[in-house]
Amino acid sequence: MVMEIKKKEEDINRSPFHGLWTLTNRELKKWYKAPVILLLSIIQPILWIALFGKAMNLQALFSGTSLSIPGLNIPKDVIDQIGQEILKQTFGTTDYFSYLAAGMLSFIVLFTSMQSGMSMVWDRRLGVLDRLLTTPVSRSNIIISKVLSSVIRSLVQATIVLIVAVLLGMSFYPGINIFDFLGAYAALFLMSFGLSSLFLMIAIRASSWQSQMAVMNLVNLPLLFTSNAFYPISSMPSWLKPIAEINPLTYSNAVIRGMLLGVQTNLIIDFTYLIIFATVLSIVGIILSWKYISS
Amino acid sequence: MGEAIKAINLTKVFGKFVAVDHINFEVKEGEIFGFLGPNGAGKTTTIKMLTTVLKPTEGTAIVNGYDIIKEPAKVRNSIGVVPQEFTADEDLTGWENMMLMAGLYGIKKDIAKERAKELLDMVELTQAMNKKVQTYSGGMRRRLEIAMSLISRPKILFLDEPTMGLDAQTRSAIWNYIMKLKKEYGMTIFVTTHYLEEADLYADRVAIIDHGKILAIGSPKELKESVGGDVITLSTSNDDEAIKLLQNLDGIIDIKKVDNMLRIKVKDGEEMAPKILEKLIKGGLKVLKMSITEPTMDEVYMEYTGRKMRDEEADSKEIFAMRRTLRRARG
Repeated sequence: MVMEIKKKEEDINRSPFHGLWTLTNRELKKWYKAPVILLLSIIQPILWIALFGKAMNLQALFSGTSLSIPGLNIPKDVIDQIGQEILKQTFGTTDYFSYLAAGMLSFIVLFTSMQSGMSMVWDRRLGVLDRLLTTPVSRSNIIISKVLSSVIRSLVQATIVLIVAVLLGMSFYPGINIFDFLGAYAALFLMSFGLSSLFLMIAIRASSWQSQMAVMNLVNLPLLFTSNAFYPISSMPSWLKPIAEINPLTYSNAVIRGMLLGVQTNLIIDFTYLIIFATVLSIVGIILSWKYISS
Repeated sequence: MGEAIKAINLTKVFGKFVAVDHINFEVKEGEIFGFLGPNGAGKTTTIKMLTTVLKPTEGTAIVNGYDIIKEPAKVRNSIGVVPQEFTADEDLTGWENMMLMAGLYGIKKDIAKERAKELLDMVELTQAMNKKVQTYSGGMRRRLEIAMSLISRPKILFLDEPTMGLDAQTRSAIWNYIMKLKKEYGMTIFVTTHYLEEADLYADRVAIIDHGKILAIGSPKELKESVGGDVITLSTSNDDEAIKLLQNLDGIIDIKKVDNMLRIKVKDGEEMAPKILEKLIKGGLKVLKMSITEPTMDEVYMEYTGRKMRDEEADSKEIFAMRRTLRRARG
């Protein structure tokens, strides 16, 4: 009898993290096994890049070929110089397409992270959550697996968007190195972690997926447009500036542009803000979710 | 043999609604214990508390020797649960679902594979194990759910309405698996159902629960005997008048009005029926319908709850859950 029990214990892995990867992998499996959904979810930011970045071609607008003032004989290269300078002063770079593409990286992360809650809504509705709660997996691992899978998904989608953007003509600042990429991903990671936790907390209380969708739709575009994804804060009306300044997208955009495009920014402030954002939201989100399913 | 489960004043209150009201019962090791009651009676809430999904408002229970409040992790380690809903992941295959469960119990891969093979074989899903669960029929799904809950070799298996929404043939097949588990593994089985005949046929002991309270507990045989004698059911042109007339008749144990019918408990139905008829007709009443029945679980149920099983109103959430399960069972 004693032998039997001993043998049973050897068969079992009971680290505090057990089940975390199993559950995370379950979420990811559903996603990478359904390439159509994967494809659909990255179409939107790619459309934004293609339409906004290519059609609204500010670079062409400000270059001498299209601008000549009748009656004034200004040399083309002067106009070009002025145009470039305007672009540079407004956006920090003369390359608006790259500027926008960087913003789209944050957008896809925002968009994907917000969906962290959807699978929780379904798990609750279908009774899967109840079953999970009867297994020895700790409650916190159930929550964290949802956040983790959402973060991994966000970063993979961001990478796909980045590759597409490069193919469409995004260019990095000369002398870019691996640390710049790591920095950009760190910013995306922080934002994703915070947002995923927040939306998970909302989802765990949501009675239906409709209400979860409603919340998502309510905040996604406003968050996008009140950030510096399309235009810098300095060019915003005064009432919008304070909103943009608390929008986490603004800071992750700043980091990505600073790291990848060499746009001037204060990385210490940016990262501090993102770290606080991620820490506060994930602690609040994870603890409240944990409390909810433990009660 | 000790007790596998012991509920002590187990209570759950949602807001003002008392779902489970200070219930006490024991389940012996190795028995099939049927928990019988209408929708909304508190069956699922009780299972959820015993399986540590819900925390009791008051009282507690000992499951496999562990307190559900103080040692929930140990309880979870020693039990298997087949919930009312189909919880297998539809996007994954049967095999993947088995491995997922194994991961949740922290069972090592090679051992998990061995067990998964054995269990899928037992529930006859070996052929379908590499197909997505989406393609499974209701019966297959329920069998998979049972196999999934056995991967950790639990000592107690909880099944919440395992046969709901399945056709008669599949229902008896599911029960055959349950009986097999009891026989081969000596497993204790706690099962809720609202099919009275299932409880009668398969359960060693049955508890009847309604409005959060346990009304009766015992083996199906004991319960049927407790109802006593035969039951004559009749409807007359004036039931109240009929009760007055029959009250003092010798041989009548009890008269109750249930669903516009009179339920008269008598020692010997065949002997009493003519006497009752005579008395009523003499009293100027018309007898519209009449039947004599020997006690069944239906009688037991009616006796203790004062209602018929099929007249139950389920609350909307449960109807929704049931319909969804039915839809998937059929699909």
